[in-house]
Order: sequence, then structure tokens, then C-alpha cells
Amino acid sequence: MLLLTAALLVPAARAQGPNVLSIGEVPTLHLQRGQAAEQKLTLQLRPGFHVNSNKPNDEFLIPLKLTWTPNSAVEAGAVQYPAPKLENSSFSDKPLSVYDGTFQIVTPVRAGAGAAPGAGVLNGKLRYQACNNRECLQPKTVDIKVPWEIE
Amino acid sequence: MAHPRRFAEFGLVLMACMAIGCHSASVEAAPPDVKAAKQRKPAPEFTLKDSNGASVSLSEYRGRVVLLDFWATWCGPCKIEIPWFMEFEQTYKNRGFAVVGVSMDDDGWEVVKPYIQSHKMNYRVLLGNDHIGSLYGGVDSLPTTFLIDRDGRIAAVHVGLSRSKDEFRNEIEHLLSEPSQHAVQREARVAAPDRGAAGSGGAGSGS
Repeated sequence: MLLLTAALLVPAARAQGPNVLSIGEVPTLHLQRGQAAEQKLTLQLRPGFHVNSNKPNDEFLIPLKLTWTPNSAVEAGAVQYPAPKLENSSFSDKPLSVYDGTFQIVTPVRAGAGAAPGAGVLNGKLRYQACNNRECLQPKTVDIKVPWEIE
Repeated sequence: MAHPRRFAEFGLVLMACMAIGCHSASVEAAPPDVKAAKQRKPAPEFTLKDSNGASVSLSEYRGRVVLLDFWATWCGPCKIEIPWFMEFEQTYKNRGFAVVGVSMDDDGWEVVKPYIQSHKMNYRVLLGNDHIGSLYGGVDSLPTTFLIDRDGRIAAVHVGLSRSKDEFRNEIEHLLSEPSQHAVQREARVAAPDRGAAGSGGAGSGS
């Protein structure tokens, strides 16, 4: 199965209703010492739902945010979010800045030049809050685990 | 064979109804999503803090129709309903109605207070938590709105933006038009010492 539900990856901090966001399979990063690569996280929303982009147009809205735990062997760079969609809504004067359907978040990663060969996991957290045009679901934070191998 | 005691009890209730304006016959047909009184379950009791730090319990609202709105500052559809609820608060507060908002914001008053101020919310807002969420069935989706009758029973639940303003208004007006069973029984108890003797005598003499 290409897409795993977020809940199957790691339990959320709070039990917060149905999952509408699925996270694609996270492949192992195979790196040489000092080598750069990209970690691509594929996300898919249930039809009809959206999440706010990383830069919503309203101060009260909760942005999509992917953060990585610092790791001495594999360093994560600045997270690159896709261009958002701008959607008009009946509850906002400004268009909403959202993601829907399937999209990718890309993180540049680099194996440390002095990293010892071996395997490990790069840990991250993805926070998001989903709505459709009638209801909003509680914000969720899910753990992301990216296995890596340095040769 | 007549039952003097039953006649007496019926007489008491009838007089209590007359005394407090018991007008069930004039209550219009219930809107489709308002449960019949016998099917309603008690709204779970809770105590939460309001924006001034005061503890507020649902039981304080007994005798009033309550619109209990679970919402959050980050919830767009909630933003549509809030002005409706402000209008309902203003229109019906003197008829035994109150709106109580329960914010489910994890970030607490730091985000909720500015929102209340910027939207000029005129009804009481409490800060919710997981416990009240589970008491009320999880509240996975926002907005979730409970309409609670004067006797503290859940008359209707609306998940999401599923109602028009007029539909909400119809439901509120219907609930406001219902007699409170608590009030009927209280009046009957108050009336019992004086009316009881007369009622028993009347029923007894008629048998």
C-alpha cells in the first residue's frame, strides 16, 4: 500500500477524530558521507478537505509545519513547501492559502562529512489542521520517521 | 371507580400549569432535528473557566435554553456562526436563553481572548479541554453545537455548519416555547399544601 494513514505511522499526541491526511511511504535515505539528498514527504488529503499552507492568510489559522529533530549524522535543511492554492471562502475576506489533494514537502538533507557508516532514523513532526467547507478537525501532530543508511 | 388521589394530582398539575402559563397546546410542531422531550438525555455537567477566570458550571443555566457551541479560533465555519449566535444572545437573553461558547483551542486564552475582542463576542466563552470533549461525545469536528432545553436536556446536536441561521432560530424559539418540567413540578409542590386539601376534597366529594 503506497499510502499509510498518519495514525498508523505514529499515534498522535491526542486522540483527535478521523484521519483525513495520509502520509506516503517513507523510503530509506541511502547516503555517502558528506552527500546531499532530498527527503520527499508525500501527503494526500481526503477529497473535500484541505489543510492550511505553511503561511495561512489569517493569524488565527494553524499552518502546516514540518520540523526535524537535529541529528548529528544526517542534517536536515530548510523545509520546502509547495506553492499553495488560494481558495475563496464564505468565512474569510481574503482567499485561504491551502493545500489539498496530493502534494509533497521536500527537505534537503546531508550526511555529515565525519559521520560514521551505519543506520539510523531522522525524526520529524508534522503539524496540520484540516477542514472542509462545513467543519474543521482538531489540529494533529504526527511523528515522521525517516530511516537512513550511511555507507 | 374513580380514584380520588389521581384526581387530586391532576388538579394540582393543572393548577400549576395555569399558574405558570403552561401552554403545551400552543407549542408549535418541533423542528425536525429537535428531539421529543421524552427522548432527550441530560447534558453532562461541567465546570470550566471563563475569560475572567471565573468558574462556570452548566447547572447554573438550569431553567434557561442554552446554545452550547464548541468552536475554535482556527475554525473557519465557526466564524460564520459566531455572528448568528451573538444576535441570538442579544435577541433572546431576556427570554431565558443563553449562548455558551466552549473554545477547544490548545493554545488557551492567549489566542482566545484576542479573538473574542476582535470579533466583539457578546456571549460567555469558556476554555474547553479533552475532558469536556469526551463528555460530549468527542467533539471531533468543529463547530459542534448542542441545544439544551430548560431542564438541562440535550434537545439537538449539530455537527459542522449544518444549519442556517433561520433553522437555528426556529429551534431556539421552539425550545423557548416549551414548558419547563422542573418549573411545573416546582409550582405543583408549592401549590400542594393549599391546593392539595381542596383538590382532594373536591375529588373525594365527586366520587
